[in-house]
Amino acid sequence: MLQLIIRRVVVAIPTLIIVSMLIFGLQRMLPGDPILTMTAEESNPEVVAFLREKYRLDDPMPVQYLAWIGNVLRGDFGSSIRTGLPVTEMILQKLPITVQLATMAMIMAMLIGIPAGIIAAVRKNTATDYVANTVALSGMSIPNFWLGIMLIMVVAVQWKLLPASGYVPLTQDAWLSIRSMLMPAFVLSTAVAAYLMRHTRSAMLGVLNSDYIRTARAKGLLSKTVILKHALGNALMPIVTLSTLLFGDLLAGAVLTEQIFVIPGFGKLIVDAVFTRDYAVVQGVVLFTAIGFIFMNLVADMLYILINPRLRHPQ
Amino acid sequence: MMKKLVLSAVLAGLMGATAVSAADLTVAMQDDPDILDPHRANTFVGRLVFASLCDTLFEIDTSLAIVPRIVSEWTWSEGDTVLTMTLRDDAVFHDGTPITAEAVKANLERAMTLPESNRKAELASVSGIEVLGEHEIALTLEAPDAAFLANLTDRAGMLISPAAFDTPPAGGVVCSGPYKFAERVQNDRIVLEKFADHWDADNYHFDTVTFRPIPDATVRLANLQSGDVQIIERPAPNDMATIEGDSNLVFDLVTGLGFYGVNFNMGNGERSQSPINQDPRLRKALELTIDRNVINDVLGAGTYPPAYQPFSSASWAYNPEFDGGGRDIEQAKALMAEAGHETVEFEILYANNSAMQSLFELVQAMASEAGFQIALRPMEFAAYVAEREAGNFEVSQFGASGRIDPDGNFHRYLACGSAGNVGNYCNDELTALLDKARTINDQAERKALYDEAQTIAAEDLPALYFYYTPRTWAYRANIEGFTSYADGVLRLAGVKMAD
Repeated sequence: MLQLIIRRVVVAIPTLIIVSMLIFGLQRMLPGDPILTMTAEESNPEVVAFLREKYRLDDPMPVQYLAWIGNVLRGDFGSSIRTGLPVTEMILQKLPITVQLATMAMIMAMLIGIPAGIIAAVRKNTATDYVANTVALSGMSIPNFWLGIMLIMVVAVQWKLLPASGYVPLTQDAWLSIRSMLMPAFVLSTAVAAYLMRHTRSAMLGVLNSDYIRTARAKGLLSKTVILKHALGNALMPIVTLSTLLFGDLLAGAVLTEQIFVIPGFGKLIVDAVFTRDYAVVQGVVLFTAIGFIFMNLVADMLYILINPRLRHPQ
Repeated sequence: MMKKLVLSAVLAGLMGATAVSAADLTVAMQDDPDILDPHRANTFVGRLVFASLCDTLFEIDTSLAIVPRIVSEWTWSEGDTVLTMTLRDDAVFHDGTPITAEAVKANLERAMTLPESNRKAELASVSGIEVLGEHEIALTLEAPDAAFLANLTDRAGMLISPAAFDTPPAGGVVCSGPYKFAERVQNDRIVLEKFADHWDADNYHFDTVTFRPIPDATVRLANLQSGDVQIIERPAPNDMATIEGDSNLVFDLVTGLGFYGVNFNMGNGERSQSPINQDPRLRKALELTIDRNVINDVLGAGTYPPAYQPFSSASWAYNPEFDGGGRDIEQAKALMAEAGHETVEFEILYANNSAMQSLFELVQAMASEAGFQIALRPMEFAAYVAEREAGNFEVSQFGASGRIDPDGNFHRYLACGSAGNVGNYCNDELTALLDKARTINDQAERKALYDEAQTIAAEDLPALYFYYTPRTWAYRANIEGFTSYADGVLRLAGVKMAD
């Protein structure tokens, strides 16, 4: 096990170096200048020159890169050109918000998608199946911004049930925090719920036709037991894998939803940073995400080994 | 039955706790401000927050006349080069230290010397600061500067407690305004709370004021309709009818000081060589194809006041004589023929957002009737700014948020070598007039100079103006005492909320 971890960490190093070079280089290929963008109407040549100097923007690219990566190795991701705040602080402030949003969306998606998929599979080719399929297709095709605005208009403006927007930290007021996240989480969950429904349906259909299910039915087991215990247990494996993958998508794909519901999350942080050419923030966020993904992969590998005895002795 | 009970319990739970006290105001703005340090800040929305957070030396009234604030009395010396100011003796900073002449001096020096200061240009004419007494201070200017007092009504005249210059609260600032900084969460909210020791505290009626950035105009309006916020900035023009039709809401519009239009690349690199940039007759022809009233009706739903000059009707420098006669395609064609062109091709560079996109599509369509073939080049904002600065454009979007003093709307963009003159237009005669207008304090004399300068600009046509920035607001009907200003800044004196 320890050997595996060491091997994976060593393999991750060149990956991270390449990622760091890519984000550094690609961003600077974009037209636009962070200082000019920031000072815009007020631009004063003297101030522009000072800021360029301060953020070393006039140094040759390799020099800038080495300076940055040197600081990163010492744990300093730099600070935002626009706000002056340390990038690490900004990430740590935004990440929990998006994680909460994505987690709530994932739970909703699973609560909607998996039961809908089971029902659609069991009642294959009936009206229920068609309705479930149509709803799932709509879930995938309705744009988040449209659904978001419609929900705000109906639920917040007409019915006054939930706050129209905003974010309250869980630690400050858990109930209000969950309430204000309900609509955005639902909007974010629709596409995922639809995917989960479709996959659960096809996985269940595959399993329901297999021999052991027929045997279970022949033994006279209750239909409920057959479906939920015998069939779902096996059909669930690919769904769990899919959910894990989709969770990553949720973290990255929350941008539009965050924009509509004015949630100061991770997605909005990086989009704003790209638009204002806030190099340090973009670099920090992407590198941080890359490290996160590599770490999650490592965890997943270890979990597989723990769960599946056949992988424990690869030799 | 049980189900029904559970459902109503859930609904009741959901509905609870949205009640807001009449003493808490939430304002939704279009963007998140940058740094909350008046000497370093750049964004327009930042000024909305500063107006409540940081007191200024001078203030404007609704007619844009300069009135006292921290400065209670002031006099100009003979020759207008020494400004002697007497400060109120009852004003204190949020940390409790009194506002003295020494503190004002320290602030002006900080704004003039701090490397990241964006106020240097506004205070460039100051050559000496002398403290005359505890509440008396004299500023010596290198030469008379007519825009100087106007600059001191904004961020250049804002006061930070010198004790907290280098130790601001996280994300905030220690100023002396009617509300003090409480909390900031980037991209989410800025919370201010009432400063009880403010010299005019009785005139400010909220316990807390929260500013929230909500970039999407539709979402901003939805938050106003739901009552989550009480005042919104810049509602979309096409939502005006909705707001006016809702008895819970009030729509407010004044003509702002800023403008939108195009400017021509007259001398910044190769692209200044195209016919439209070389021949004023072609620019005049283009001007004649543009119907400002159509822009106002179609894009602004009546909220985009037609513009023909750099000063809006809110400014004393505005002269109705320079407002154009309207559209004349035949005359435009004749001018083009005179210049030897049947068709003229050029490209317009602009920042890619829906307002500019529809504006330039309309311009493209109107100009095509006379034979202009306009290519549109929308670019994402940061790229657009860089292209403009590099001179990589023929014709470009041109806009300014507008200044109280006319100098900021004209000199900055069209005088030779000015920082905002990206098209490198240079007419010595015009520049001399604008330079001279800077040094005279008499409004009538200055207006005569601006009229003369406008006559020259109307011949050279280095820029065209299409519409003035509308300053629009919408607020809940229970907000009382709301007053809008042409500079678009929210001033909360006297504003309160009925229960």
